[in-house]
Amino acid sequence: MKVIDELLAQFPYADVESKGKSYSVVVPPKKLHETAFKLRNGILAFDFLMDIVGMDYGDSLGTIYNLSCTQFPSYVIALKTETDDRKDPLIPSVSDIWESANLYEREVHDFLGIRFLNNPDMRRLFLRQDWKGYPLRKEYDANPEINPVPLINENLDDMESLPSINITAGEKVEKLHKLFEEGEYIVNFGPQHPATHGVLHLRVSLDGEIIKKVDPNFGYIHRGIEKMTESYTYPQILHLIDRMDYLSGTIHRHAMCLAVEKGLEMEVPLRAHYIRTIIDELTRIASHLLGWGCMAMDMGSITAFVYGMRDREKIMDIFEETCGGRLMANYHVIGGVMNDIHPNFQRNVKNFIPYMRKMLKEHHLLFTGNPIARGRMEGIGYLSKEMAISLGASGPTGRASGWSNDVRKIEPYAAYRLVDFKEMLRSDGMTFDRYIIRLDEIEESLKIIEQLIDNIPGGAYAAKTKAIIRLPEGEYFQRVEGARGEFDVYINSKGDKYPYRVKFRSPSLTLVSALKAIAVGSKVADLIMLGGSLDYVVPCIDR
Amino acid sequence: MEVKDIFIRDMKYEDFKENEYLEGYLKELRANGVNIAVAKLDDLINWGRSNSVWPLTFATSCCGIEFMCLGAARYDFARFGWEVTRNSPRQADVVFCCGTIVHKMAPVLKRLYDQMAEPKYVMAFGSCAIAGGPFNKSYHTVLGVNKIIPVDVYVPGCPPRPDAMIYGMMQLARKIKIQEFFRLPKQPDLSCHCGLDSQTVESNGETLEKGGLQ
Repeated sequence: MKVIDELLAQFPYADVESKGKSYSVVVPPKKLHETAFKLRNGILAFDFLMDIVGMDYGDSLGTIYNLSCTQFPSYVIALKTETDDRKDPLIPSVSDIWESANLYEREVHDFLGIRFLNNPDMRRLFLRQDWKGYPLRKEYDANPEINPVPLINENLDDMESLPSINITAGEKVEKLHKLFEEGEYIVNFGPQHPATHGVLHLRVSLDGEIIKKVDPNFGYIHRGIEKMTESYTYPQILHLIDRMDYLSGTIHRHAMCLAVEKGLEMEVPLRAHYIRTIIDELTRIASHLLGWGCMAMDMGSITAFVYGMRDREKIMDIFEETCGGRLMANYHVIGGVMNDIHPNFQRNVKNFIPYMRKMLKEHHLLFTGNPIARGRMEGIGYLSKEMAISLGASGPTGRASGWSNDVRKIEPYAAYRLVDFKEMLRSDGMTFDRYIIRLDEIEESLKIIEQLIDNIPGGAYAAKTKAIIRLPEGEYFQRVEGARGEFDVYINSKGDKYPYRVKFRSPSLTLVSALKAIAVGSKVADLIMLGGSLDYVVPCIDR
Repeated sequence: MEVKDIFIRDMKYEDFKENEYLEGYLKELRANGVNIAVAKLDDLINWGRSNSVWPLTFATSCCGIEFMCLGAARYDFARFGWEVTRNSPRQADVVFCCGTIVHKMAPVLKRLYDQMAEPKYVMAFGSCAIAGGPFNKSYHTVLGVNKIIPVDVYVPGCPPRPDAMIYGMMQLARKIKIQEFFRLPKQPDLSCHCGLDSQTVESNGETLEKGGLQ
């Protein structure tokens, strides 16, 4: 696009490449902050930082910032920088430009040991502060004797001291400051708490009943998936993705399939596209039902939880018949789907649609119209549109604040360009909007399924692939719309059967930083409900 | 903690030591119209215990969703008296270990287990809890919960279906039924269980294999 070309012409020092709608801009570390600032505040504001990918190139370490612009969301800029210093790599921080960069930079620091200048919080994100080594470096030694299973909990002092580094008058200045002031009243939520939706550890500082500060602690389910992918073949990696965000596993798996198919320039049969889309939408309904039920349970309504799970079982039955699995459908494969649909599939799905519509009305009657529930949800937990974009809180959360970010509309994949559906948008950004938008999306998903289910074309259900899949050298990037936000896969391949580096953008990570922002000032009793309204899945954060 | 060939015994006639006195007593009671049956107190207690086991709500990942399905309407473990999920380990009888346990979580799980009151049981759900599952090549995964705490029942699957979980619960119920409540086996000494050496701890006739932490 002309505007982007003009924008990128401002950086004579940068190495610019373009391929379709994606651009790659390589800058030296010294110019990074300046470039990022201009990209964020230029004529075309690249205000959505999708992800930061930490890279170990062998001789150098680097970072890739995937940027998108909310005005023209299908354009993606990959801003890259690298440093040769492997002993003490330093890269300027962009956390003052995009809020979401804060956690992403901590993640890169955790995995690769890169320190970000001027980032006020350079603790490790997932691993314990006393962990030795940086796992995503190629020379990392995974010997269990170096890092044995710990027998005691992490020291709270470690959790609270924030190291930072900056350069003043040409000299490195390292500082250590405390997260909480002396005498502050701190309550621990988790890591084992039934309502944190997984093993999330929140340290909450209170002033009476009012929340002053929330400090999330991750890593209690960090399984090192990104490191494991480096020694797994592409079909094997698919199984790990299912287990990351298990509620929208099928959708996330779709992203990996699409990325690999893009690399192989493979033609996927139309039948597979249709089936994939239907299965994805069924997964989305199941996920939203569970999210709805859990949020209601967080507010004390067990009945709603039982109702949500009851309807979800109908989808699980359909999955079980066609895919063979309940929760882990294991259905999408590279080139299509694992096997053909069950003869009863169409009939069962068609029976499910009117059933779900009827039940949606009941859900609204039971919970949405309930004055107690409305009283708890309305006017609480305001997230503005600008804040949502800056935090990168995509998906239903962003859409409830009025940010149009549906990847199914922005960059239609599979059969989404063939169907007619609305992107649900609300403008208030309150807890109630985040609640109701999920139920509205169930209705839209039903519409999509309705349009596709009778028109599944004949033909093969999967394209033939080679026994060993080798991805040609290069970088591949694929976005899909998961049930709780944008999920991205970044693959860097060296032409081998194993990828060189795989990075997943977790939609839930940004949702927790949104919780950090919206919880401040609200009552401690609402904290769990606010978390429920964001509907994050912790194993997806920790990977 | 191996249990083989379990059969749940009826009360045998020879089990009474002072039969004559008891029989006379019973005869007298029955003659006066009292309906009476005689049984061992252990059986009664274990019958009660095995049918009201309170699990701790503990789930780390995917298996937790199947655990939720187990609690919801279709599978409904309330039918077996297991539905009182406790949020505090101090009130729970059994910890359902659903999901991968990683290095950072290991001391937390250990502490939860230590906080539970005796008699306590552990069930490992899913391949991650059994041996690390699909993540056993990772640098941050504990290869099975039995490296940290002793396990009573293993339920394989990734994740196990709720039906399989019910089957696992039934196995634990059988195990509880044959225990002698007044002489429960002492829990193994966990401080040495978590040590780096590998040996077998014997306690009250029950053996527990411990792998030691690598």
